[in-house]
Amino acid sequence: MPSSLLWAVDVYGRVYSLSTAGQQWEYCRDAHLEFKRITAVQQCCWSIACDHNIYLNVHASDVPIRYQEETYENQRWNPVDGFSDRLLPSDRWQWSDVSGLKHQPLGDFQLPSDNWEWEADWYVDENFGGENTEKAGWTYAIDFPATYTKDKKWNSCVRRRRWLRYRRYKAQETWVKIPSEQTESLPDPFNDITCGGWEITEEPRGCLALWAVSLQGKVWFRCDINHHNPEGSFWEEVPVPGEVVQISCGPGDLVWAVLWEGNLMVREGIGRDCLNGSSWVTVESPSPEAGAVHVAVGVNVVWAVTKDHKVWFRRGVNSHNPCGSGWIGMVGEMVMINVGLNDQVWGIGFEDRAVYFRQGVTASELSGKAWKVVSVPRDSDRSHSSASASSLQSAGCFFGGEVRLESQASVLSDADPETEKAVGGVVPTPEMGDSPKPRIPKVTSDSFISELVSDREGQISRRDVPPAGPSIPEEDHPEKEVEDRASPAQVLSPSQSGGLNPQWSNVDLEEAQTHLSPGPGVDAAETCSLSSVATYNLALEEPYGPDEHPKWAWVSGGGCLVDCHLQLNWFHSSTSTALNSSMQAMSLSITPAQTAAWRKQIFEQLSERSKREMENFMHYEQAIEQSVWVKKGTMQWWRDWKPHKWVDVQFALEQFSGAEGNKDGILFIYYTFNDEKKYLHVFINEVTILVPVLNDSKHTFAIYTAERTKQRWPIRLAAATELEMYDWLALLSVSCCDSRGVQGPPSKQAIWSVTCKGDIFVSEPTKELEASPYPTPCDQMFWRQVGGHLRVIESNSLGVVWGIGYDHTAWVHTGGYGGGFFQGMTGSTDNIYTQTDLKSVYIYENQRWNPVSGYTNRGLPTDRYMWSDASGLKECTKNNTKPPSPHWTWVSDWTVDYAVAGGTDREGWQYAADFPASYHGYKTLKDFVRRRRWARKCKLTTTGPWQEVPPIALSDITILPCGPKSTVEQVPLWAISNKGDVLCRLGVTSLTPGGSSWLHVGTDQPFKSISIGGVHQVWAIAKDGSAFYRGSVSAQNLAGDCWYHIPSPTGQKLKQVSVGRTSVYTVDENGNLWYRHGVTPSYPQGSSWEHISNNVRKVSVGPLDQVWIIADKVQGSHSLSCGTVCRRLGVLPMEPEGHSWDYGIGGGWDHITVRGNATEAPRILMPSLTDNGSNRTATRSPLQTSDRPEMNGNPVGC
Amino acid sequence: MADDKDVLRDVWFGRIPACFTLSPEETTEREAEPYYLLLPRVSYLTLVTDKVKKHFLKVMKAEDVEEMWFEYEGTPLKWHYPIGVLFDLHASNTALPWSVSVHFKSFPEHDLLHCTSNSVIEAHFMSSIKEADALKHKSQVINDMQKKDHKQLWMGLQNDKFDQFWAMNRKLMEYPTEEGGFRYIPFRIYQTTSDRPFIQKLFRPVSAEGHALTLGDLLKELCPASICAEDEPKRFQVMVHGIEPLLETPVQWLSEHLSHPDNFLHISVIPAPSD
Repeated sequence: MPSSLLWAVDVYGRVYSLSTAGQQWEYCRDAHLEFKRITAVQQCCWSIACDHNIYLNVHASDVPIRYQEETYENQRWNPVDGFSDRLLPSDRWQWSDVSGLKHQPLGDFQLPSDNWEWEADWYVDENFGGENTEKAGWTYAIDFPATYTKDKKWNSCVRRRRWLRYRRYKAQETWVKIPSEQTESLPDPFNDITCGGWEITEEPRGCLALWAVSLQGKVWFRCDINHHNPEGSFWEEVPVPGEVVQISCGPGDLVWAVLWEGNLMVREGIGRDCLNGSSWVTVESPSPEAGAVHVAVGVNVVWAVTKDHKVWFRRGVNSHNPCGSGWIGMVGEMVMINVGLNDQVWGIGFEDRAVYFRQGVTASELSGKAWKVVSVPRDSDRSHSSASASSLQSAGCFFGGEVRLESQASVLSDADPETEKAVGGVVPTPEMGDSPKPRIPKVTSDSFISELVSDREGQISRRDVPPAGPSIPEEDHPEKEVEDRASPAQVLSPSQSGGLNPQWSNVDLEEAQTHLSPGPGVDAAETCSLSSVATYNLALEEPYGPDEHPKWAWVSGGGCLVDCHLQLNWFHSSTSTALNSSMQAMSLSITPAQTAAWRKQIFEQLSERSKREMENFMHYEQAIEQSVWVKKGTMQWWRDWKPHKWVDVQFALEQFSGAEGNKDGILFIYYTFNDEKKYLHVFINEVTILVPVLNDSKHTFAIYTAERTKQRWPIRLAAATELEMYDWLALLSVSCCDSRGVQGPPSKQAIWSVTCKGDIFVSEPTKELEASPYPTPCDQMFWRQVGGHLRVIESNSLGVVWGIGYDHTAWVHTGGYGGGFFQGMTGSTDNIYTQTDLKSVYIYENQRWNPVSGYTNRGLPTDRYMWSDASGLKECTKNNTKPPSPHWTWVSDWTVDYAVAGGTDREGWQYAADFPASYHGYKTLKDFVRRRRWARKCKLTTTGPWQEVPPIALSDITILPCGPKSTVEQVPLWAISNKGDVLCRLGVTSLTPGGSSWLHVGTDQPFKSISIGGVHQVWAIAKDGSAFYRGSVSAQNLAGDCWYHIPSPTGQKLKQVSVGRTSVYTVDENGNLWYRHGVTPSYPQGSSWEHISNNVRKVSVGPLDQVWIIADKVQGSHSLSCGTVCRRLGVLPMEPEGHSWDYGIGGGWDHITVRGNATEAPRILMPSLTDNGSNRTATRSPLQTSDRPEMNGNPVGC
Repeated sequence: MADDKDVLRDVWFGRIPACFTLSPEETTEREAEPYYLLLPRVSYLTLVTDKVKKHFLKVMKAEDVEEMWFEYEGTPLKWHYPIGVLFDLHASNTALPWSVSVHFKSFPEHDLLHCTSNSVIEAHFMSSIKEADALKHKSQVINDMQKKDHKQLWMGLQNDKFDQFWAMNRKLMEYPTEEGGFRYIPFRIYQTTSDRPFIQKLFRPVSAEGHALTLGDLLKELCPASICAEDEPKRFQVMVHGIEPLLETPVQWLSEHLSHPDNFLHISVIPAPSD
């Protein structure tokens, strides 16, 4: 799991972040300002600074935020000028948007704000529906608005072309002020802010809800925040029935606010069409005596804090019941609480102002178990060179502003002490000042205000003590000291409310005084310089002094991802218990064990010992004769003959030592046929693969041999329990690997494949695999499983292997093996990590129209189930639909899915004349049925030799098959993000396969597939189905310079590309495989497409130009399989297209990569035999194009 | 990077070449050829010497044959110590193959236990495992196993089946992560220079302060003589499976990886070779 950040503001207004992988608070050096509030989400942080302006900090990403501006140039033909910009009066503008209604010449386009910049100048888009217009981008039509074509015809009277220009958001990793739009006469600065709502809708991308509260208690909603408009557009006031002091917005549709008098309000009506909701519902304060002062919401939780600092948890909150059902009092006294991702909870303790983490919060136990203090140090070296001038100014604003505002507030309120207390989100008790416990300065939050109030009563005169700046103990820079300390004085002196010294001392730290030798009681300006010198010395002596008790004011976990697999290192400290420290010691001593000298010594000595004691004596007889070992069990077997059904069988594995010392075995399946005992046997050394087939009803696995692969009919067995199945699978896997002498991690040449269940298999290629003319038939390849769960996997011959999960997460192979069910003795524990994946399960709600009640869930008797799968054949209700296998667990509720091909209406419905038919997203008179898709997310947790490569989600990936031989040289790796951005990975070497960062490569449209082949040829497929070639890519110029558009084969939309040493192959959406002709070093774009085969789902071309595919359907002697690994036969340097197919493992395969296999076989030239070779393969059944009824060929299921 | 699992394999598949010669005290009908055999370090002499017995019986009269026993340079070899321990203790730093004398008469009743059948070895082996688990897990793991699981451990050793043995034995090597190791480390320290058969005491893998204890800590506490100060010449070798692990090796790791199949860490302390 990648690390993410917890953000917090300390009592001095400084912003810190703490990484889930880290062990110290990192000072946000960019923050030149002091802040009072911060609200974080994964991509950005919003905050309110001391100047009461709102600031935004968009986190840097390897993929820039860019927006494509477009405008159309329109022309009409006339006999005199030909095509010209002289249009008819009734025509559209010469420059317009796509509809022609809006006038938009190039010069009218302005950058939305200073934080944007143009990437380049305007240029003409030559690409028209995946084809090059070759006419400067002009497309022709009879008249506006009409259908445009690429070709000019005799009746083409008008033409238009598209101009494009990109603008880029440049203000990343910096605090950008969001201009305030105060129109009213009275300034009403912002007082609280909360960001969330990213789960409400995926359209537009990166849509966020930002709520703010002003000092006067008004609520504002920031409109139009999304990926392409990170700052949003404008503030919209949300009417409230009372005065709001604080507000909290969860990742979903939950928004709660706290009212001045201590009650709470819940926003209702929030949805994808209405991000800011429609109405408020009031919820009583948890405690009748003490009103609520703070609320924090997540997806399904609400936490509140009352005036007496008690913490409350709201029961029964969910999307359908945002108000919940009742309050539960929790342990602990907090001043504020924040709910982050996964409904994890953070708080700031009332007593110690420490950040607390709520331990044990899980989906089943949302209230968690206990508060655990986050006790990590802050980074101590704080260089302030950058924080000088502005900090002077802002610090001044800060103190001055707060004080002024307080006087305002107290004037507005009627000086009632109760009301006074309610001013702040956190109210200290009046006695607090007198109590012996150490005073905690509260500068940032509103509590500062209330403290001023309470202090003014009796404290101030007493506390006329030598001043010390708020940040003294942590400063190590004397000059900064002066500035900091001088600033309040400068600003405060003109401020008349309360007098200089009292306020000064109020900002003072009693805490700090214990560190400081009291300075002489002179006036402020002089003291500053004096005590700062003293502090400087002190800081030298006790550099970590102040870090022991950092005081926090605000915390935000909205971007912080914590779940039960994550080991947080936040809780070790001097204060932790003895047990804790002992654990730490253990973990410290065990982790480096992998590299420790003693370990190395043992390895070396053991191998020396073996050499010494055994090398010269291997001819001696072994003392123990190898005998047969048998393991037996009962299972069910999917019998080979009709009617096929599960029958009980006895199952036995006999293991013995084979010839050269390696182990071998035989598998027996004893069954009864017509009361006669019979058996079936398989030699372990003939097993080619073991495939676990998990479904919700049976724990089954399939055993293939070369013969069974030809038949497309594996031995299918079902164990009684999952555990038993995995025991057998692990044992059989070890036996198979032993009998073939396969051990340890996959080699660099390994061929990787992935099934449609996400299981990963790897095969070690032999030299003969790509031999010509007699390659090893690929049904004889031995595959073993590797732990993990992936959708796509790509490798190269240097052993760099990357994968992409179903949730688009990128993973890099750690070089280990094992994980998954291969625990214990059958795999290694080195380099095995937790891996998670996420996918959605879909069901359909179907309705039929009737004249009486309109659309209802009462269908015709002949209709499909009213809740069904996509085909309508299987009933799938919300309740009876289970996750795909026991490994998956639900992580969300059912929600309507709007992202369905064909579009939907506002409620997600798609309409059609009848089932099954083509659906559209709007209702017409002819539509009698409608359906909508419901999605529910489920999550899988497994282990495997994979490490996540955050943060960009990917959809495709490619690695240069034969990279540089040295281990330090960069290996070119390209990827497509799941949003269609083209990316180039920097820093990938065979030693650091994960690389360091992404380089974004601009494109005019989203891409979907990419491949890099020999001599850095990069080919890619755009979303519109056309191909692109990247020019000038080389080891020196990794990203190349420009894209060359390659038209797709006529009438076909390409979907995938793979480039080998010289061969370029593509697959289109109709399953055709195309070979690019005429690719030469001087003309790498090639000249034409040659059709090679149909029925192809995916292609992988290796460094030897070997061509492997996943075929859609392959007919075996017993059955048909979908998703089958096939290899092209007859591929020769002069005949790169090959002549026929060789069929390997399947069905149920989804992806293969042969790009690691550069093992060239010695070529034997026997021209007379090549015919035989092809004859042999020709006798095999060709790819089937006809739909034969499928029986059982797909144990893995597609 | 080599894997810890490879250590287990190396340990299991450790072999000592041995040359069995019939003791000259035995009366034979004709000259007995020596018999050469690769002995598994982790097994027991009487368990793996059926072939030796058969070989020498061919040249002997039945009436001259009593219980077979072995002796190396005058020392009777205790069959109930693992073969590797016997070798390390008595014959390390000598030329290979290991020359073992075979006797069929005058059984040294004071030095050796009788071993009439493999079931005696099995009983000894299983009692060692049980004792080790009592130390490691208060016997919880071994008691949770079924009879057939016990049998699997024994059969694994008897038939030299690494996977069969470790499929079960790994359960005996587990421990709760929060405790950082076993309750006590099952170990035995053998010394040639001592009259005591071996040293065995309660020793935890983690100190009260939470540090992982090392082989050095163990020896310092229980066999201080075996450790010498840095400046003086090495007097003793501390051998486990024919190798000398560094003293800073954590005992928990040693126990998990270098224990014999009986789950004990057998440590031999022998005088360092003088040259």
